[in-house]
Amino acid sequence: MEWTDERFKVYQQLMKEIQAVDFVLVELNLYLDTHPNDQQAVEQYNDYVRQSAALKSRFQSMFGPLYGFGNSYTTCPWSWKEAPWPWQV
Amino acid sequence: MWVYEKKLQYPVRVNKCDPRMAKFLIEQYGGADGELAAALRYLNQRYTLPDRVIGIVNDIGTEELAHLEMIATMVYKLTKDATAEQMKEAGLGPHYADHDKALYFHNAAGVPFTATYFNAKGDPITDLYEDIAAEEKARATYQWLINMTDDPDLKDGLQFLREREVVHSQRFREAVEILKEERDAKRLF
Ligand SMILES: [Fe+2]
Repeated sequence: MEWTDERFKVYQQLMKEIQAVDFVLVELNLYLDTHPNDQQAVEQYNDYVRQSAALKSRFQSMFGPLYGFGNSYTTCPWSWKEAPWPWQV
Repeated sequence: MWVYEKKLQYPVRVNKCDPRMAKFLIEQYGGADGELAAALRYLNQRYTLPDRVIGIVNDIGTEELAHLEMIATMVYKLTKDATAEQMKEAGLGPHYADHDKALYFHNAAGVPFTATYFNAKGDPITDLYEDIAAEEKARATYQWLINMTDDPDLKDGLQFLREREVVHSQRFREAVEILKEERDAKRLF
């Protein structure tokens, strides 16, 4: 698909939202590794898992798979290998 | 195994072509306290650590791979539009002669990466102390790098990485406490 300025803006916006939510998950994951009984953190973690999944399914329906090796559905033609790669944007 | 995500952990932006800054940043790519050394150190240590701390070491090691990709992206973006002349002026002539714009695992002074940058002593608390020191050294390096750039976009990415070192250091300190508690509990019975 053609990369118009508009499309690129949407890509960046959605990507930023995913990065923000996934950052919380990384942070909570490390915290829970050393505080496994913190009930509140566990609830927060599960809540962000849901948010992340919802954002990613929206992103992937517009811009293709975020994951290879069976962790995302694919379209035909195979779009996983298509640019942009993270260092290109 | 690992699952690759087609995203950076945090957005990397630079607002100008700056091969001189790239030359300094490569310290965190292939230097002693850089992200490659960090990732390899932790991912190598985890096999022989006690169960209670494998998770945190495994997961910090994994996050370091994401940081390695961020540093690489910074270096790539800072040099991709540079001419041979600009590379030379920035002190990257020797790098350019051998690698063109390709990244290479060496430090800011051009010394190639070596496994001797980190250890695996097999004594869990000793290994975790090394990890804490490594995080503090990486934090300091990020500060020196931040001090050398006036690019607000680059500073933003570097500040994110500096803050992550603070969190990692904290988590490793907690891991030490967990092992000490375990050791003291064993003594009681
Ligand atoms: Fe770290």
